Amino acid sequence: MPDADDVVEQPSARPFWSGTITFGLVSVPVNFMAAYRADRVSLRMVSPEGRPLSRRYFTSRDEKPLEWDDIVRGYEIEKDEFVVVEDDELERLAPERTRDIDLRVFVKVDDIDPKFFERAYYLTPAGQSTKAYRLLAKVMEDTGRAGIATFVMRAKEYLVAIIAENGILRAETLRFVDEVRSVEDIGLPDPAKPKAADVKRIERAIDGLTEKALDRRELVDRSAKRLNELVAKKVKAGEDVVEYEPAAEEGDGGGKVLDLIEVLNRSLKGAAAAKHAAKSGKSGGRSASADGEDLGRLSKDELYARAKRLDIPGRSGMSKQELVAAIRRSA
Amino acid sequence: MARAIWKGRITFGDVDVPVKLYSAVQSQGVQFRLLDAKRHEPIKQHMVDPESGKVVEYADIRRAVDTGAGELVLVDAEELAELEPAPSREIEVTRFVPHNEISHLWYDRPYFLGPDDSDSGYFALAEALRRKKVDGVARWVMRKKEYAGALRADGEYLVLVTLRHAGEVTPASELTPPGGRDLDRREVEMAKRLVAAMEDELDLAAYKDEYRDRVLELVEAKAAGKVVKFPKAPAKKTEASLADALERSIAAARKRRKSA
Repeated sequence: MPDADDVVEQPSARPFWSGTITFGLVSVPVNFMAAYRADRVSLRMVSPEGRPLSRRYFTSRDEKPLEWDDIVRGYEIEKDEFVVVEDDELERLAPERTRDIDLRVFVKVDDIDPKFFERAYYLTPAGQSTKAYRLLAKVMEDTGRAGIATFVMRAKEYLVAIIAENGILRAETLRFVDEVRSVEDIGLPDPAKPKAADVKRIERAIDGLTEKALDRRELVDRSAKRLNELVAKKVKAGEDVVEYEPAAEEGDGGGKVLDLIEVLNRSLKGAAAAKHAAKSGKSGGRSASADGEDLGRLSKDELYARAKRLDIPGRSGMSKQELVAAIRRSA
Repeated sequence: MARAIWKGRITFGDVDVPVKLYSAVQSQGVQFRLLDAKRHEPIKQHMVDPESGKVVEYADIRRAVDTGAGELVLVDAEELAELEPAPSREIEVTRFVPHNEISHLWYDRPYFLGPDDSDSGYFALAEALRRKKVDGVARWVMRKKEYAGALRADGEYLVLVTLRHAGEVTPASELTPPGGRDLDRREVEMAKRLVAAMEDELDLAAYKDEYRDRVLELVEAKAAGKVVKFPKAPAKKTEASLADALERSIAAARKRRKSA
């Protein structure tokens, strides 16, 4: 059964984050845009009558309801013994949160081990001019190089590879080395020399199946397809369909799902064009403050995606207000 | 020795290699618990019907799909069970593509494969992938979920990296890159020289999650009742024209390289 954490964010016209790539003394202000979109339907938890449920918090001792302001974050140092950590303390631990992604090293793209790749964001130009952006993208793409950097985004440090493809920059977050196991960590047996005849036989089988490129049809989510078909059948038959009024708080686009390609293309045109379209009124990345950002304007799906990125517990049952409050607390 | 999370068989043509799957990632994130602010005790969560304000017990919770049109379609547990894929031990490779042909955008979660029973087929497969310079595209069902993945040689071993689903990824080739006036040839040359000056072998071990270390230090200091020191913000950089910035950066990168 797909759980709520399988949800991928819906495309959003607004950047997830804004920052500045620097290489040498050159700065390239960029917006981080979602590169993925939801491909599957999400299952919601509802009451026996079909009303959507919300997650709420209670004291463990006497089951008294708790509001967000009654909840703090604690780190368990010993069993049942916690050190409370305040949000502003976590914030002060990252003063270099200057939004700079300082590329100090360029490496061959193909040298980056795929085990390290975590998730991708498309980067779109956020400055007044697209020139530095296009220059960096061209040079990296022509030379097959990726820039490597670490930076802090929303109270978490990221290792990132900046890669250019089709004139477009993207950031691929990478796992840190202690997050990826080695053959020794797992304790795999020492390699044994294979028999030449076995290798030859397998090579022949490979030859028969080798193509030039990946066929996306092989990556279709068949489970989601089956669930969608069941839902469509039930809607047609009017069976088990419950009408509900999405609370006014849910979705600011009237539930309209944006086309991610359109959103990205608009954003790629550059800050001036994007500003016009999104009416964000924000100029370069430097002035776009995450803390001053109007979270209330984001749709519930966008808020959920952020909550997921921030590892906010209990996010799947939160209302929009709860998500806003929780994101403010942890961003 | 890590414990295998699943056992299966890689199959294609007349090839059938039994393997064990091991997670290749171990999360190192700092885990916080939510506490009751007054008593500093962990809190409980319940699902509540916002209309009645009553807690709905787990056994009474139903599942529904939001159609996005103000409708919820209820789906019961038996229906969901019927949608589950048939269990299988087969990791079926449907095609091979040139090594590194699959864009990084698709990669999700890596698993190491280890030999199950006899090693010979396992190491022969890794060797064949290396010699042919190809990666396999595979599908399998693991714990009631369907996966697609890339089968790759990793040194003398095999890894299987799960791939995102077709509709999830927007390939760069489908997007329109930002336009503008032609780039200045001199600036392109300078930028190339700068990238070349900053080129190095990739050493992922050189990068540490320093923020995570600082969070743990903070926790330890607080637990010991010590005064916590916070780092200071670095100075801001000055802006310069593109050509000027490139020129000065190349000089700086060369100098750094010489002194290194």
